[in-house]
Amino acid sequence: MTHWIIAPVVLPALLAPFIVLAARYHIGIQRVFSVAGVLALIAISAGLAWQASDGSVILYQLSDWAAPFGIVLVGDRLSTAMLLLTAVLALFVLLFAIGSDWDSRGRHFHALFQFQMMGIMGAFLTGDLFNLFVFFEVLLIASYGLMIHAGGNARLKAGVQYVLFNLIASSLFLFALGSIYAETGTLNMADLANRVALIGPEETVGIRIAAVLLILVFAVKAAIVPLHFWLPSSYAEACAPVAALFAIMTKIGAYAIIRVYTMIFPPELEVTAGLHDVWLLPAALLSLAIGMLGVLAAQKLDRLVAYSVIGSMGMVMVSIALFTPTGIAAAIYYIIHSTLAGAALFLIADLVRTGRGNLDLTAQPAMAGTALTSALFFIGAIAMAGLPPLSGFLGKLLVLDAGYDTDLMVWIWAIVLGSSLISIVGFARAGSVLFWKAHSVHTPEPEEDAAPRPSPAALSYVATGGLVALLAAHTVFAGQVHGYSEKIAAQLFAPAPYIATVVETPGKLSDPTTKTEEH
Amino acid sequence: MELLVASAVGVLTAGGLYLILRLRTFPVILGMSLLTYAVNVFLFSSGRLTVGAPPILRDDATVYTDPLPQALVLTAIVISFGMTAVVVMIALGAYLGSDDDHVDDLPGPDADENAEGGT
Repeated sequence: MTHWIIAPVVLPALLAPFIVLAARYHIGIQRVFSVAGVLALIAISAGLAWQASDGSVILYQLSDWAAPFGIVLVGDRLSTAMLLLTAVLALFVLLFAIGSDWDSRGRHFHALFQFQMMGIMGAFLTGDLFNLFVFFEVLLIASYGLMIHAGGNARLKAGVQYVLFNLIASSLFLFALGSIYAETGTLNMADLANRVALIGPEETVGIRIAAVLLILVFAVKAAIVPLHFWLPSSYAEACAPVAALFAIMTKIGAYAIIRVYTMIFPPELEVTAGLHDVWLLPAALLSLAIGMLGVLAAQKLDRLVAYSVIGSMGMVMVSIALFTPTGIAAAIYYIIHSTLAGAALFLIADLVRTGRGNLDLTAQPAMAGTALTSALFFIGAIAMAGLPPLSGFLGKLLVLDAGYDTDLMVWIWAIVLGSSLISIVGFARAGSVLFWKAHSVHTPEPEEDAAPRPSPAALSYVATGGLVALLAAHTVFAGQVHGYSEKIAAQLFAPAPYIATVVETPGKLSDPTTKTEEH
Repeated sequence: MELLVASAVGVLTAGGLYLILRLRTFPVILGMSLLTYAVNVFLFSSGRLTVGAPPILRDDATVYTDPLPQALVLTAIVISFGMTAVVVMIALGAYLGSDDDHVDDLPGPDADENAEGGT
């Protein structure tokens, strides 16, 4: 049994208190440890992803207790790939926070950041629904702190909404867990998969309620319309690196839906039939449409990016809701793309704010550092709107291809293509107002003693450019990435080895007699 | 007893939802607490209700109650305490800063000054 798989949870969990206790007054030392921790996480995640890439399932039994009784961490292709994506994103976000000095504008940024990493990593690795809840709470409580980092009334107001919305979702999560436990007597995912399959079609009421409650909770996390109201103001008000890190948080909802609804409540299961195609798919199409309309309607750049995140989650959920191997493979490709693109756009929005002082989409005199910022915005907007040649376009093609054979093909194609057009118009409007029209506005005579607006720091450009470069790499290696996401989908749709590994691996049991027999 | 537990969950949930819909921070936080109590009672009952049975396997016990929901409830209580403390602090900060305890107010036109300033 390898112990590496618990390292992504333990390492940030140890690093964060160390940063608080030993380095609380030394921002330089905090930065060094934080970056070193994230680099270590990248190395560990890459190792785990490599280990899981041959299709094997890595199992870790905490304290050696066997599966339905003890807590397990499980790493398969999907969860290790998400780990690696999170760690890489975190590195660039951290570099941006250091470069733009956001991390020193409030207390404990790096400690909260590490706790956030711990929660996200744990949520991807856990093999138990209740621990999924616990890790959700860990990442949420860190995100509450990060959300109001650097203070200010508007941010606190948005923070209250964000916290309350998530608390209600957490209560709903507990209700869902209670109903599942009452129906099946277990909360271990692999064990659940076995037991839910045994429930007869005439006793569906309880488990149906549980499945619907659970999908509601994950839909709140993934910000699917009509449960998206928390996202625009909280993401727009959070400081840029935090909003960029939050780009992975909506994907945790998507990950949980993929995990639970391929393994425990698969689409062919009779007890929960109709949940995916009748309810989830229309909601996903609605998110896509409303998100992209929000891009067109936004008055400020940060809101525009927040709505584009909702829209791209809609795209992810459309292809997840198909629940076919091609659909899930397309969703995984698009999840990687939309995480990177959303994070890059939030960082670019902050570059714009540094350069011109506000984010209003009105024509204003040219700002500091226009050339580089506008180039980055141009690339980010192309990627997010899904124009060729970047990965958004390829991802959209994959989604369209996955939706080709279904009954709702006309709706899927119409909404995906129509919303793309709307978002292109929205981004083009924003870009031309921000960068082009600056030249037609009369520049006021600079006052004698007025300090010029500072250009963003070089490290900020490095971090943002790094994310954009990753987007480009995601496009260039699209064939390999998509091939791997097809392998991930294949593993998800054949969960028997996963379940067997979790349930049948021996360990300490609660019955002392079997324990003595084993030794 | 089933009636008592079920109606307790129902009444607590209804009261909690009503208070949450008031959309002012203090009632909303109270409502969240009521909802949390409802969840805890619900979780507690999810392992079936038994009276006077121990949650530990012993040789002389003929009936025993499911111990797992009790562990779940304990975890949920601890987490909800922490979360309530966090939301009280944030709500207090928001109230003292803007002299207004509405939950649903959108940030005003002066939001940018606050968002940019890091002091």
